[in-house]
Amino acid sequence: MRSAAVLKALPGVVILAVLAYLPYVPAQLPGILPGRVNGPGSLQLLATCLVIAGIALSYDVLFGRTGLLSFGHALFVAAGSYLLTISLADWSLPLPAAVTVAVVGTTLLALVVGGIALRVGGIAFAMVTLAFAQAASIIVLRNPSGVTGGEEGKSLNRSAVPGLLVGVANAPYRYWLALAFVVLCLLVVTLLVRSRAGHAMAAIRENEGRAAVLGFDTYRVKLLAIVVGAFLGGVGGIVHAVVLGGSNPHVTTTEFTLALLIMVVLGGAGSTWGALLGGFLYTYADARLVELSGAGFADALPEVAQQVLAEPLFVLGLFFIVIVYFAPAGLTGLGGRLIRRGRAT
Amino acid sequence: MTDFLLIMVTGLGLGALYFLAASGLSIIYGLMGVLNFAHGAFMMAGSYAGWLTMSNLPSGLSVATRLLVAVVVAIAVGAVIGLLVEVVLIRPLYRHHIQQVLVTVGLSLASVAAAQGIWGADPRTVEKPEWMGGTTVVLGARLPNDRFVFILVALAVFLGLLALLHYTRLGLIIRAGVENRTMVEALGINVHSTFTIVFALGGAAAALAGLLYSQYAGTVSPAQGGSLLIYAFIVVVIGGMGSLVGTAVAAVAVGLVQQLANFYAASGVGDLSVVLLLALVLLLRPTSLKGAHA
Amino acid sequence: MTDMTTATGQGSAPPPGDGPVLAVEDLHVRYGGSHVLQGVSFEVPATGVTALLGRNGVGKTTTLKAIIGLAPRTGRISLRGKDIQGDATPRIIRAGIGYVPEDREVFGGLTVDENLRLVDPDQGVNAPIVGRLFPDLVSRGKQRAGTLSGGQQQMVSLARVLLRETSVLLIDEPTKGLAPKLVTEVADVLAEIAQRTPILLVEQNLPLVRRIADTVVVLDAGQVVHRGGAAELVADQELTRELLGVSMRRDGAA
Repeated sequence: MRSAAVLKALPGVVILAVLAYLPYVPAQLPGILPGRVNGPGSLQLLATCLVIAGIALSYDVLFGRTGLLSFGHALFVAAGSYLLTISLADWSLPLPAAVTVAVVGTTLLALVVGGIALRVGGIAFAMVTLAFAQAASIIVLRNPSGVTGGEEGKSLNRSAVPGLLVGVANAPYRYWLALAFVVLCLLVVTLLVRSRAGHAMAAIRENEGRAAVLGFDTYRVKLLAIVVGAFLGGVGGIVHAVVLGGSNPHVTTTEFTLALLIMVVLGGAGSTWGALLGGFLYTYADARLVELSGAGFADALPEVAQQVLAEPLFVLGLFFIVIVYFAPAGLTGLGGRLIRRGRAT
Repeated sequence: MTDFLLIMVTGLGLGALYFLAASGLSIIYGLMGVLNFAHGAFMMAGSYAGWLTMSNLPSGLSVATRLLVAVVVAIAVGAVIGLLVEVVLIRPLYRHHIQQVLVTVGLSLASVAAAQGIWGADPRTVEKPEWMGGTTVVLGARLPNDRFVFILVALAVFLGLLALLHYTRLGLIIRAGVENRTMVEALGINVHSTFTIVFALGGAAAALAGLLYSQYAGTVSPAQGGSLLIYAFIVVVIGGMGSLVGTAVAAVAVGLVQQLANFYAASGVGDLSVVLLLALVLLLRPTSLKGAHA
Repeated sequence: MTDMTTATGQGSAPPPGDGPVLAVEDLHVRYGGSHVLQGVSFEVPATGVTALLGRNGVGKTTTLKAIIGLAPRTGRISLRGKDIQGDATPRIIRAGIGYVPEDREVFGGLTVDENLRLVDPDQGVNAPIVGRLFPDLVSRGKQRAGTLSGGQQQMVSLARVLLRETSVLLIDEPTKGLAPKLVTEVADVLAEIAQRTPILLVEQNLPLVRRIADTVVVLDAGQVVHRGGAAELVADQELTRELLGVSMRRDGAA
């Protein structure tokens, strides 16, 4: 039994080890990464992909694991991010205190918002979470008393952060921080899924009425899912702010939550590696599709079509619709299906 | 007093736009259980169809004439898009509500991105008839004329929809379907064609809302539909999904609360108070929000 | 396995009275992980009332729903010899089945007249059959169905299916929760309807079954365990207790 578990975890460990080693790889991957693999540009891009992958996994705790369609997850990511930058800059807190404020604040916010929103179910829950997240987005953009920085965002107070995490030369450390966040998400989600609460979440996802009959307190289980998801999302917001050097108002928007939803479905809802893969690929595609569309193959198309194809969200949106129709289990589900088919023939 | 009157009329005008945006959304949700994120794209389609029509018609025609033609074109475009979306994207996923939401999410992202690619992300100026840009003095208050247009159009649509719901067979089937769609089918009535018509109607109303909103804002931009959609969602939740009268009341309430709070508290508080209103409604009467669907 | 179904399997419209009006063969229903119906086969003769009996939760309601396509099913279902298992619900209904669901399911927000006009757009509450069988409803045409009593709602639910020409009616617990006087009224109406149209009736009230049913089909654990005459079954105390057990008790606790 033990050795089987180790064997099952092995591919994951190998992937993480390879990722951890990337800052020592000087190779060029033209077209795939900007410059050398361990160059600051590449590592910055990869770090962003990793953070968003972790945040996508945090959203999957709600959507894929518990079946909760929330349109407000951005709220918690934004809370983590902005509470950190504001505590550091405006309240002059030291980093550990600021991180504590951000994490505790986000978790409490999740308790309150989740507590209210869970009074309704299904699609109404989706709309209510959407409205709360929208309220936060409005506050951030209105920039009350100049605290949030409005559309410009709130930059990180560099003097309050260890030198290792700032500056172009230290990109590898920020990359490793992002990787550590992914590992944290992996551990928490794996433990949660195997716990009694995790089984209750699965039961609720399959059939909430039956889960209630089986004796699960569905309200509390769902609230737990929201709080754990928000906790990881808040930590993700913190890491995001450190990696990008500040809080970006984009993480408060509905588009960001919708993007998380798309990532999870693309990768495979309810699958740990699927959510990570979806988040990673989506972020990568969003950043790189613009350059790829200018790479020549589209030259034969009319100008308007080129302009449209140059919009990453157009390509991703259509690809997403195709996935929903033809591969409802996402890319990981599709991969599994192809592997099984390969074995069968 | 004059400020108050201005705020009330502006609030009602905005409420009118919210109603136009939310009415289709509410009926679609009530009848089919589909949360239509593509509704924002319908609105965007309406505003761009209107803008393109107005700028391509010969400039010899008066702005008002071109606007009227644009309204007709926008409504037609909205109806056709709504119809196509239902038949091509929604119908194959019948009863898979989450997948239907996902597809409309993908569609809304892709269409906003497409509009951005074609016309750019920046707002484009929209021509406005001189009279609609002017004001009328009522009881000493200078009231913008466009607000009255919005209110009258929304009122006409509201009464039209109400008549449709209560005096036609289609309306009878919609009302019965909002209450219990399964039983409608169990009486031998095919609701699929009703779904298509409702989507077309919702698309037409949304396109009209989008076009009028671009008149209100003076510009068209790809992001407009999305921001209007959020308020439409809030209106639908407060109004009780699937109820036309509830939607109308909620739309007016949201428009007024937003304007009053913006003026008497501080700019921006209005948007927050709308969310607060939503939270209050949720806490006070959560059961009414579950919609007609179990 | 029944052998009568195959006899009427071909031929698009056999004359009424010739073979069963409705034949169900090897019907399976699975909901999520549970296998609710496990190969149910029975027939509904072209005349009279066939009662579908069984304890609570054995799949009686599911059987009716499966016949009209409201439950995911496999198997063969034929109406007057014509296969209908591949059709969608509205088509099955229009092919000639009337469905009166458990708990009536009238549209509470619609008036009585509107409830009826859903099926008969032209006459609604003014249809002659409504005046004949449910005179009480005629004067309540403008009343919202949700404000009617349970018995009146049952009348609306029954009237709805009588406004269309049907080959067979599926009626699910029409007397559930009604006062004894109303039970008798409903029974009278059912008996009168059965003169013209065969009925497949789910019913817990055994005296009522004895009064109006001709044949019975008993389900247990998703399978048919007994077929026969209604009078014989009800007369046989031992058999009734064995087949229906819990459902005999008034409290229905199980």
